[in-house]
Amino acid sequence: MSIVSRGACLRLLALFAASCLSVGISAKPVAFTGATILPISGEPIEDGTLLIEGKTIKAVGAKVRIPRDAETIDVSGKVILPGLVDTHSHVGETAGADRSAPMQPEARVLDSINVRNSGFKRALAGGITTINLMSGSGHLMSGQTIYVKLREGNSIEAIAYKRDDGEVDGGMKMANGTNPIRTAPFPGTRAKSAAIARQLYIDAQEYQKKIELADGDPKKMPERSLAKEALLEVLDGKRIVHFHTHRHDDILTVLRLQEEFGFRVVLHHVSEAHRVANEIAAANVPVSLIMLDSPGGKLEAQYVDGRSAPILEQAGAKVALHTDDWITESRHFLRSAGLAVRAGMSRDEALRSMTINGAEMLDLDDRVGTLEKGKDADFVILSGDPLSVYTRVEQTWVEGVKRFDLDDPDDLAIAEGDFGALVPTGRGHIHDMGEGH
Amino acid sequence: MKFLSVLLLTLAASLALAGDIAVKGETVYTSAGEPIKNGVVIIEGGKITAVGENLEIPDGMKTLEAKVVTPGLIDARTVVGLAGYLNQDHNQDQLEKSAAIQPELRAIDAYNTREPLVQWLREHGITTINTGHGPGEIISGQTMIVKTVGDTVSEAVVRAEAMVASTLGDSALVDSHDKRKSPGTKGKIAAMLRNQLVEAQNYKEKIATADGDDDKPPPPRNLRLETMVRVLDGELPLLVTANRHNDIMTTLRIAEEFDIKIILDGAAESYLLIDEIKESGVSVIIHPQMVRFTGDKENVTYNTARKLTEADIPVAFQSGYEGYVPKTRVVLFEAAMTLPYGMSFEHALNAITINAAKILGVDDRIGSIEVGKDGDLALYDGDPFEWTSHAVGTVIEGKVVSDIKR
Repeated sequence: MSIVSRGACLRLLALFAASCLSVGISAKPVAFTGATILPISGEPIEDGTLLIEGKTIKAVGAKVRIPRDAETIDVSGKVILPGLVDTHSHVGETAGADRSAPMQPEARVLDSINVRNSGFKRALAGGITTINLMSGSGHLMSGQTIYVKLREGNSIEAIAYKRDDGEVDGGMKMANGTNPIRTAPFPGTRAKSAAIARQLYIDAQEYQKKIELADGDPKKMPERSLAKEALLEVLDGKRIVHFHTHRHDDILTVLRLQEEFGFRVVLHHVSEAHRVANEIAAANVPVSLIMLDSPGGKLEAQYVDGRSAPILEQAGAKVALHTDDWITESRHFLRSAGLAVRAGMSRDEALRSMTINGAEMLDLDDRVGTLEKGKDADFVILSGDPLSVYTRVEQTWVEGVKRFDLDDPDDLAIAEGDFGALVPTGRGHIHDMGEGH
Repeated sequence: MKFLSVLLLTLAASLALAGDIAVKGETVYTSAGEPIKNGVVIIEGGKITAVGENLEIPDGMKTLEAKVVTPGLIDARTVVGLAGYLNQDHNQDQLEKSAAIQPELRAIDAYNTREPLVQWLREHGITTINTGHGPGEIISGQTMIVKTVGDTVSEAVVRAEAMVASTLGDSALVDSHDKRKSPGTKGKIAAMLRNQLVEAQNYKEKIATADGDDDKPPPPRNLRLETMVRVLDGELPLLVTANRHNDIMTTLRIAEEFDIKIILDGAAESYLLIDEIKESGVSVIIHPQMVRFTGDKENVTYNTARKLTEADIPVAFQSGYEGYVPKTRVVLFEAAMTLPYGMSFEHALNAITINAAKILGVDDRIGSIEVGKDGDLALYDGDPFEWTSHAVGTVIEGKVVSDIKR
């Protein structure tokens, strides 16, 4: 089904590592015909056609004119969904701040990622194409997150989203509640947690004032501070805060900080969102939820309830779902949408919560999250209804390249597990690389 | 006098009501043959008295209806009730770390019937659990079989002493924080378990040779060895958590050496040893389908349950033990997640009903909808395994114990 067979591509990769990516993308348009297409941006399209060219979607619809030079791939009976967006994951050996301080905005996840970690392949096997890679929640601020696209790549730069200014795109991870409460220099109480965070932002505001007063004069500029530069990006809205929070009062503390400093924020996990759904909706702050199989765990998360999903939906708040991989296995991400529907969320909103809503929370909705003309050709071919347990992810395409194929024995080993298949760097496609064994 | 007779009548009615119920299902899966369309299950006095298509329901009998009815589900290996829903020390009694071998620890002395996670399982249609001491020591203690109801453990219990939980694998090793030195290696784990069994053999021999002879008094009572003698006698199976292929083979080796009844638990790499496990005749309580691939479970697969089942190796599902979140798994969800990987509906359901009952040795009472068995049923508003279906009712011994939509 692939345009340029991956085997061929990878053999080329062995010879011309740098040029393979461009070779892998067909110059010719490709039409996927016969499937039920769920574009998310509109109603489901029966017997639809998805037309892509290079990295981009050219057309989606029931009556798409297929160019004469296009390759046609019959996917009758299948379901096509946009590539899934995971707003919160720890695959790829993410790490940010260390134990030296509770707030380390200068620490970048970027500098920790192992792009060969099998976690990325597991994500593809689950239909995920865009991920917000996050550091942990044991700090008030554990560092800069990074948004990645699961295209083939030998470096983090190769898979990172880039901002308009050319910088690697990502957010800022923050947390409150009990995880960051530790021994000094970490906070010992919730009030102290808030005070430390506020002071840091105030310091950043002071830094910003100095820069403004310098008015371009290098002699008057404050000394460079990596931490404050990152915080200025937060205050400028370039960098969205991804805020780990559980208890209702901690959630409201996040809203209070957000209002004071005006940063853009997404609430993450949000176990007790069901208790403050109206307040969240009124603040117009989006929520990224995790779906769990049972209540309990940490004291502050004991009232976690899947019904947060429908309650937030009814309150008018925007909801995405996330894996928090390894909390939820990336290969089973679609199940989270199923559980949200089980808890009472509408089917349409559950599908949006896996795609466009998450894309909006990462500021990537102009590129991904729906199947629309001009957007990245990131999509998943499913054997059936995305919300059914019987459905398999059969193929995952990223920017016009097939990145996961259930018919490929190595991809199957990732999808189902096998002896040695999931060790951290995976066994991947070694034998395809012409090394022989 | 009239008042008293009314009272007696009311009492009689409520007694009859307790344990008398009819349940209608558009589809009734019995785990004992073909599904029944428009099936009816009649339960009287807590036992199933009739099951069939469009059966007549006795006048005035309380009747429930659901799209799908299955036998009450069985979780073949859990720690729920010993492990509570909070991951705080005071709420976690599934593992005693003071010694490597403590078979005398009874589950009945640590089970909290009012634990919210027991309720959570019950609300999803799970009516029986084999719960007790978790993996993590060579012998961590006993398990017991209980129904997921009852204010006291006496009301819940099906079998107070069901199995002896053992671990042959990484989690049984001491770590650098332990004051104990052993077991520090896998060789030592096996040696310690074998020593324990030999000691039990000697103890049993002393009891046998004493046999009323005043010159040879029986050895003093010893709870630990008494329990191990019951293992030697096959009265209590040894439930051995072993995940790596070499640990599974060690388990089979020791079972053969001492001719003891074992049940494999976890068995992450069992797909590498289908022939060996089949030949041994051992049953497998397989790891939760969605278990994380960490430590000695790093080679876990999603098709192991299917492969074992296709080889006719008896398989049941478990919720296992979770240290973080979700605080318990739910066997309904675990069995469901075998379906995309090729397990048949029937096999998946059997693994949480009749096959689990057989492995636990309680299939004379539970595990299928058949006349004479306990009136334990689970009701669903659609395919029970679909993510978007709901459990809508649970019946234990004819009593509605949950009517919440989950």
